[in-house]
Amino acid sequence: MDTLAHLANGFSLALTPINLLWCLVGVTVGTAIGVLPGLGPALTIALLLPLTYKVDATSAFILFAGIYYGAMYGGSTTSILLNTPGESASIVTSLEGNRMARNGRAGAALSTAAIGSFVAGTIGTIGLTFVAEPIVRFALKFGPAEYFSLMVLSFVTVSAVLGNSALRGLTALVVGIFLGMIGIDLQTGQPRFAFGVTELLDGINVLIVAVGLFAVGETLYLAAHGKSGPPEVLEVKDSIWMSAADWGRSWKAWIRGSLVGFPIGAMPAGGAEVPTFLSYWMEKRFSKHQHEFGTVGAIEGVAGPEAANNASAAGVLVPMLALGLPTSATAAIMLSAFQSYGINPGPQLLDTQPALVWSLIASLYIGNVMLLVLNLPLVGLWVKILKVPEPLLYAGILVFATIGTYGISRSVVDLLLLYAMGIMGYLMRRFDFPTAPVIIGMILGPLAEQEFRRAMTISQGDLTIFLTRPLSLTLLIIAFLGVAGPWIWSRLRKPAAV
Amino acid sequence: MDNSARASRADLAIGIGVTALAVVLGWQASVIPDNSAYAQVGPALFPWLIAAALFVLGVLLIIAALRGGWSHESEDAPDNMNWAALGWVSLGLLINVSAIEYIGFILASTAMFVLIARGFGSRTPIRDAAIGFSLALVAYVGFDRVLGYKIGSGIIESLI
Repeated sequence: MDTLAHLANGFSLALTPINLLWCLVGVTVGTAIGVLPGLGPALTIALLLPLTYKVDATSAFILFAGIYYGAMYGGSTTSILLNTPGESASIVTSLEGNRMARNGRAGAALSTAAIGSFVAGTIGTIGLTFVAEPIVRFALKFGPAEYFSLMVLSFVTVSAVLGNSALRGLTALVVGIFLGMIGIDLQTGQPRFAFGVTELLDGINVLIVAVGLFAVGETLYLAAHGKSGPPEVLEVKDSIWMSAADWGRSWKAWIRGSLVGFPIGAMPAGGAEVPTFLSYWMEKRFSKHQHEFGTVGAIEGVAGPEAANNASAAGVLVPMLALGLPTSATAAIMLSAFQSYGINPGPQLLDTQPALVWSLIASLYIGNVMLLVLNLPLVGLWVKILKVPEPLLYAGILVFATIGTYGISRSVVDLLLLYAMGIMGYLMRRFDFPTAPVIIGMILGPLAEQEFRRAMTISQGDLTIFLTRPLSLTLLIIAFLGVAGPWIWSRLRKPAAV
Repeated sequence: MDNSARASRADLAIGIGVTALAVVLGWQASVIPDNSAYAQVGPALFPWLIAAALFVLGVLLIIAALRGGWSHESEDAPDNMNWAALGWVSLGLLINVSAIEYIGFILASTAMFVLIARGFGSRTPIRDAAIGFSLALVAYVGFDRVLGYKIGSGIIESLI
């Protein structure tokens, strides 16, 4: 009951004309950048971080949330009409969606993706509404030791467990923690990793790292290794209104996808790849139309993963808002936006900033409705955006990257740092290192150090505090198994296999 | 065979680079004055941990590279590098960073826009310049005039 009262209050704040406008701008920009290959929500929100100095927190977060949700919708349009997914989580959608479009069913595929995104986004937001408070109640019992261990677990899952290689994921994470540690140590006032450069004493802005990795790095990579010639955009020939048979096959897949996506997204591990693949596998396994998978394209194979994708996006907001724990690059950048408002993310967030959190959640419901309207009847507009020529697109991204970094500080050092991050981003992409752990490590690393210090102050320097508290120990054991488990497993099996 | 040997050389360079970075971080950690009396955990502990972790990861990357490497699994072998495109894009970035303080954001960005578009295969520099100029102008007005960030002066900036 309490939750509903808070939510109603949130709606009253989110429904003011100015916040509705921010929401509309957010979902429109979000859809556009989701459609455009090479741009993602993490990069866009990073570029908009300067807004946080000018706009009040509620409006800024309504804008960011709109971008976050909108990018999920837009990404599916790209993966259906173009065979290069706009963002990594929609790779699965392209498996069947692209085949449907090739067989003249682009309209139905776009439709099931958009309505599925709406259904899943709404189910996910309902989940967020009712799960956030119980998790906060539980998390308020956490001491610094539990927090530190939870962050360690999160580090391990985002870098080592998900992704292609634990080694490369952990390397990216540690580099990220290093970047986060540059500057003056707040507790002791000592400069760290500043290399004697005055500009580095204030630390590196996450904006520079995110824009460098995602915009400059991506541009360098595509220039060096991209395919030449414009990509082929498939035409939408059929109606965007689904037939009764399509509805019948879609709705169960939407529900199943949502139920898979939300809980996995809400776990401290996060990530949309696992739930989308899991949903695809489920739909393929249980479909009565097996022959359509991998041939003409099965609508369940679009509906399920797309729903899972959006529900997991809502799920990621659970640890972000309830625990202050970001599990995706976008969530990490949103967390840094909280910090730039002087708001401490964590379980106390719901108590100290109820208006902000609940109007954010309310705006997610509103944004979902806007996105459904924006994506179904107006799909033709997004197809046009998809046809922006690559040379202009990447040149334009770099102009915005320049103004986003140089514009705030007027420092050429920042531009040079941006390019250095770009070179690092290029090398990471070229050598198959994941980039999201860099951003997560950069934001979460200093917070983990802070919790570690608090825990050690409480225990008066006794390290065993992390092992004697049951919850902390459990979290650390899970984290250890996450890194060492696959290795131990392969060692145990080797003698039997040979 | 030859191809995989070359790929692992590239991977080896990455492993060595990570290890070298770890050594540099260790050196930086060693110059942090650690007055542990001030707190239970001094300011140098985490920097040391990071340097150590990165060193171990760098060595493991070197071992992985010596065992044949990992990046040859991807299709971006160095032979397929489009050096001309990369050159145009890099030139655009360099001109932007070296000229922005003197001619201002708008003109520097326009030059960068044209060069990057050229790198991505555009053959219409005049049209690109017009588009880049308009885009930079809109971005400048948005940031400088609407949001109130002072982006600095320049040739065009002083005219508007």
